[in-house]
Amino acid sequence: MGIELKGITKTYDHSEKPVLSEVNAEVQDGELFVIVGPSGCGKSTLLRMVAGIIPISDGILKINGQVMNNVPPKDRNLSMVFQSYALYPFLSVADNVAFGLKARKMAAAEITQRVDDALKMVNLTKYRDRKPRELSGGQRQRVALARAIASDSKICLMDEPLSNLDAQLRVRMRSEIRELQRKLGLTLIYVTHDQTEAMTMADHVMVLHDQHVQQIDSPLGIYNHPANHFVAQFFGTPQINLLTATTSGNGTATQLIIDEYLQVSLDNPIAAGTYTVGIRPNQLGMKQVAANSGNATVINVEALGDQTIIEAVMDNDVEVRIVKDGQVHVELDQRVAVTALGPAFVFDDHEALIAEQGGVENDRIVAVN
Amino acid sequence: MENSMMKQVAKKKILGNTVKYLLLAILAFIVIFPFALGIWTSFLPSMDIAKGTLWGGGQLTLHNYVTAFTQTKILRYLLNSLVIATLVTAAHLFFCSLGAYAFVFLDFKYRDFLFYVVLGTMMLPFEAEVIPNFATVKMLGLLNHYSVMVIPFLTSAFGIFMLRQTFKQIPRDLKEASDVDGLSHWQFYWKVVMPYSKISLCTLAAYSFLGAWNQYLWPMLTTFSDHLRPVQDGLRQLQSEETFNDWGMVQASAAIVVVPTLIVLYIGQHYFKSGLNEGSVK
Repeated sequence: MGIELKGITKTYDHSEKPVLSEVNAEVQDGELFVIVGPSGCGKSTLLRMVAGIIPISDGILKINGQVMNNVPPKDRNLSMVFQSYALYPFLSVADNVAFGLKARKMAAAEITQRVDDALKMVNLTKYRDRKPRELSGGQRQRVALARAIASDSKICLMDEPLSNLDAQLRVRMRSEIRELQRKLGLTLIYVTHDQTEAMTMADHVMVLHDQHVQQIDSPLGIYNHPANHFVAQFFGTPQINLLTATTSGNGTATQLIIDEYLQVSLDNPIAAGTYTVGIRPNQLGMKQVAANSGNATVINVEALGDQTIIEAVMDNDVEVRIVKDGQVHVELDQRVAVTALGPAFVFDDHEALIAEQGGVENDRIVAVN
Repeated sequence: MENSMMKQVAKKKILGNTVKYLLLAILAFIVIFPFALGIWTSFLPSMDIAKGTLWGGGQLTLHNYVTAFTQTKILRYLLNSLVIATLVTAAHLFFCSLGAYAFVFLDFKYRDFLFYVVLGTMMLPFEAEVIPNFATVKMLGLLNHYSVMVIPFLTSAFGIFMLRQTFKQIPRDLKEASDVDGLSHWQFYWKVVMPYSKISLCTLAAYSFLGAWNQYLWPMLTTFSDHLRPVQDGLRQLQSEETFNDWGMVQASAAIVVVPTLIVLYIGQHYFKSGLNEGSVK
């Protein structure tokens, strides 16, 4: 059950400007496809258009090869999990799960069977007669999942299903959802604003921002080859450092100079000019130096135990984040020399990626043996 | 030191509470006394009332109640009111919820404008509408008939307003979830909206029932025969019909008439507990 989006555009009646324009994507059968972006980027709108809850202004939506634009939601044969869970408070857990099946006029015996199976799968069998208000947040979330499991549709849409849970539970539910999706062979479109969820769960990620698709790729593909500023900044914690650099000398060059200490050398020369260089925090080096030298001042140190995040202000007033493995002792206001270890991304003045230096190859790829 | 301060605080608290409860008791007495007096009177023999010996006189008796049931048409009045109030309540629940549903879940032109028109009708007191309404029902030939006490009250702007507010609280996600499940508007209305709004519906039901039960002016104007009269007008009738006012019996009738009101309020308040809808959405 693949899903195909071709030039999907959404414009609301009262405004000229589209909230989504020209979204193209192909969701493979049985994959977990994550749509990620900051709030207000139109990701929930996109999901609701796929579900058929709101109409598509322009473009073509195909599910399993068939055009679905004007097909009502129930005939698209999909299930949906909502951020708020959308449970019926006056129905018991079992009735909540059975609700959609009854609406589709399934045979009673089959409904019982499906409800039992679904509840068993999410470990809620003994809570079947409780009302939603008698459940914890995580259990309610599971009821919502059970509802999706019980429906026979092979496509499931999830709209930020974990954002109401606490951090620990979220991590656990993440792997539970992933497991379920694999076990049931669901084609799952998952909307979130959390880049960690996108990175950890997805087969493919679509990054939405500013009404447009920024990039579609595998999670590591996005991390290793961010298409532009936005994607580079959205993925990876702490955030990537974006610094202004100029080429050395006149004409094409292989050396990008940010300042005296911080320079990036490229394998392939690029045209002379000013560029933005993106360097991941773990690809910046840092050396403590005497008070009157160096190119930055430490303003904050976060010790996480296994790594240390150092924030420093460069002399040109740009803040940079540096990640060091292990526990590093640095004083505040210490002068440091910030250098580049090698890997870097080069963006042009349209914020698009034009060159990269050793992105994938060198960035923490560890041989296992 | 600390101990004495605690004692002082405790003393102040006791004093404050005493004053508070004293005031409450006085107010409660003022409010309740007429009712208590009425009920008390309904148990006294007519002679005692006539002589004015209300306290410590003769025996308490149920005689007035027996008279009310046997000598007057109060049972008929009760039945009339019950039929009218039940019909009006059912109609309110049905039509008001339909109206409110349209104002919340359907998208149509001039929706908000129409809603304000509905609200606008609440501004007009019923008394101001009596004359045009009377002319209308007269032309329709409904005078002196059950329907004249039901048809003008089939819906209520207040009910629509109240249920609209309730329906607006229903999370958008529930509508979307049932869209995905393929529920029609009717099914969503019946299977989700109504059960979700149970509390408000009960409140409205109690309110409508009491409103219809306590109708006085309209039935008085539009009905002329005893067998159609609802309770409130019946009471008035009892008082004016008797050659000498049997106050004990009138009081007993009044007490009988109040009983259904109390039952409705009692059942109603059971549902007014909040929090029955927790847990649908976080």
